[in-house]
Amino acid sequence: MAVTAIGDYPVLPRDGVENFHGNQLVAVGWDHHLMIDAPMAFPLPAGMPFAALVGEVIPVAYSPHPEWEKIDWEAVTWTLDGEAFVPNMEASLEENGIGHKSVIRFVTPGLDGLWG
Amino acid sequence: MANKLNMRDRYKLMTRLGWETSYQPMDKVFPYDSYEGIKIKDWDAWEDPFRMTMDAYWKYQGEKEKKLYAIMDAFSQSNGHLNISDARYVNALKLFLQGVSPLEYQAHRGFARQGRHFTGEGARVACQMQSLDELRHVQTQIHGMSHFNKYFDGFHDFAHWHDRVWYLSVPKSFFDDANTAGPFEFMVAIGFSFEYVLTNLLFVPFMSGAAYNGDMSTVSFGFSAQSDEARHMTLGLEAIRFMLEQHEDNVPIVQRWIDKWLWRGYKVLSLVSAMMDYMLPESPMSWKEAWEVYFEQNGGALFNDLARYGITVPDYAEICTKEKEHLSHQVWGILYNHTAAAAIHTWMPDDAKMNWLSEKYPDTFDKYYRPRFEYWRDQAENGNRYYSQTLPLVCQTCQIPMGFTEPDDPTQISYRVSEYNGDKYHFCSDPCKAIFDFEPEKYCHAWMPPQQIFQGNCGGEGLPAVLEHYKFNLGADNMDYVGSPDEANWNLWKGLNGSVSGDVKAS
Amino acid sequence: MSTVFLALQDVDDSRPVVEAIKKDNPSAVVESQPAMIRITAEGELVVKRETVSNESGTDWDPQDIHLILISFGGNVDEDDDYFKIFWQD
Repeated sequence: MAVTAIGDYPVLPRDGVENFHGNQLVAVGWDHHLMIDAPMAFPLPAGMPFAALVGEVIPVAYSPHPEWEKIDWEAVTWTLDGEAFVPNMEASLEENGIGHKSVIRFVTPGLDGLWG
Repeated sequence: MANKLNMRDRYKLMTRLGWETSYQPMDKVFPYDSYEGIKIKDWDAWEDPFRMTMDAYWKYQGEKEKKLYAIMDAFSQSNGHLNISDARYVNALKLFLQGVSPLEYQAHRGFARQGRHFTGEGARVACQMQSLDELRHVQTQIHGMSHFNKYFDGFHDFAHWHDRVWYLSVPKSFFDDANTAGPFEFMVAIGFSFEYVLTNLLFVPFMSGAAYNGDMSTVSFGFSAQSDEARHMTLGLEAIRFMLEQHEDNVPIVQRWIDKWLWRGYKVLSLVSAMMDYMLPESPMSWKEAWEVYFEQNGGALFNDLARYGITVPDYAEICTKEKEHLSHQVWGILYNHTAAAAIHTWMPDDAKMNWLSEKYPDTFDKYYRPRFEYWRDQAENGNRYYSQTLPLVCQTCQIPMGFTEPDDPTQISYRVSEYNGDKYHFCSDPCKAIFDFEPEKYCHAWMPPQQIFQGNCGGEGLPAVLEHYKFNLGADNMDYVGSPDEANWNLWKGLNGSVSGDVKAS
Repeated sequence: MSTVFLALQDVDDSRPVVEAIKKDNPSAVVESQPAMIRITAEGELVVKRETVSNESGTDWDPQDIHLILISFGGNVDEDDDYFKIFWQD
């Protein structure tokens, strides 16, 4: 399908990776933990090790959650863009297959969020 | 005295002012009302049921203005802002001025353009009147709110904010989308979906809520505007009927536009849901109740009426039915998370309000939202008010942070994604994804607030630079209501206990 | 049959209109809400010039409804002698 237009309609994506000054956009969501309202987005270098994402980036968004301290990171399961995913902690985002505008989600077994 | 023409004859005489052009062919003079694929056989079949003519229009609008300004003057002279239920209420007005009034101006522009481009002069005259109405609305709203601007924060740079601040990109992008469509799609988008189907959910709760909270100034401009809306609704309905009656090929095009624009409008109104359930200290009705009356009941009657043309209720209506139990709570949570970057205050409801929410939402509030809100409230009372330190992923279509849950699982965020030209695009819902998938060229160049901040187009890196770019008065326009200058002033004026620190803005 | 509704401002000018509606539409339901009056009826609702004029003691033009109208649901039929909203089904 296409836009109905009075003339040519050029395709001008505004958020190509080239516009992020050497970074790529990566979003991270913690399943079932909605006190942090939405998946959070970060501009990150493709060469950043996955361990740095876990150790330095994700806590900025998610450490205020009362269940954060209880997370057993060995038990955490991950998805990358909707597929099950076992990250290599030492490898870079790029080497882990994480691209521009990828979404990483994590599940913390036994920690279900704040519900009544 | 000569015999007066009857209404029907007067309408014909005063609106059929066009002629067949001879220097240029008609399709060169009106080049933009055919490319969308809508087929019109007979423009003379256009008839405005209100049969409004310019002479009557000036008379009635003049009378409305006199009544309105008398009330606004009286409100101002009697320090009416001191009679509202609570200063928290004023945040509903801030959201209105920042998010809705600029749309009135955009509507003025949009209808002025359609008032030039339709071939039929009946439609052109109706659009021109609506264009004037919309200009009147934005002017009276700014005028009405100017009184509040003297005493409260969060009003002073509304137009600057509308074009920049993240939550205002929701209404702004909605209207930009409509104004960049063709004239017939614009009429379905604004004239029909917004004005006819959804405007009741915007104006009636806002204005009835204003009355319920002692704000007679806003009630007056709201209902004065709303009396115009009634005419706009008939124009929207006439436009859609006219298209459906002119040619059967128009039906699928109109159906697709209805599906698209009811959803786009619904997402914009999710901000209103939070306003109704949380910002109004005294709520005349819940969002869920308003949705049931104004969409399910009245909208249902409308769709029954349109069924004879083959028009059906959008298939996502079931999602809305499930979501009415959750929408306002999720949106208030989103606003609460990101209040540091918003020109409104948010806060956690007190026990009385939480109990009201439990009563209005017996199946969902205590189960899914109260525990989170009570945790936030405890944290705030211990001096640890939670503010998000990061920027959310935002839906590419509606531009709201992706804080909405799966229709059948209120504990899990709904993620949807499309690939276009090698890039990923994220959505909050199936309808938002479907809208993108139909016209990806259009939505791939959407101005997404988080991405723009990361690309360095909003003042620089880090929140302080961005807020300076927004022209916020830090700590006054943004942050929690508790501890704000608005709160301090209110307590001072009303002789209430509580913090009296902070500068009094006006005396 | 679907329900039509009419919302009027709760102001003095609305009173003769509401009274006329009650007379001409015996089954209409009139509800007070903050600052407004909401009237619902099955199928159709008519406001007649003659009845409103009798109620108010002055000649009432159906277009005067624009001064008090907030909102409505239904199709509109307006003429010199009446203002009507209706659903066709």
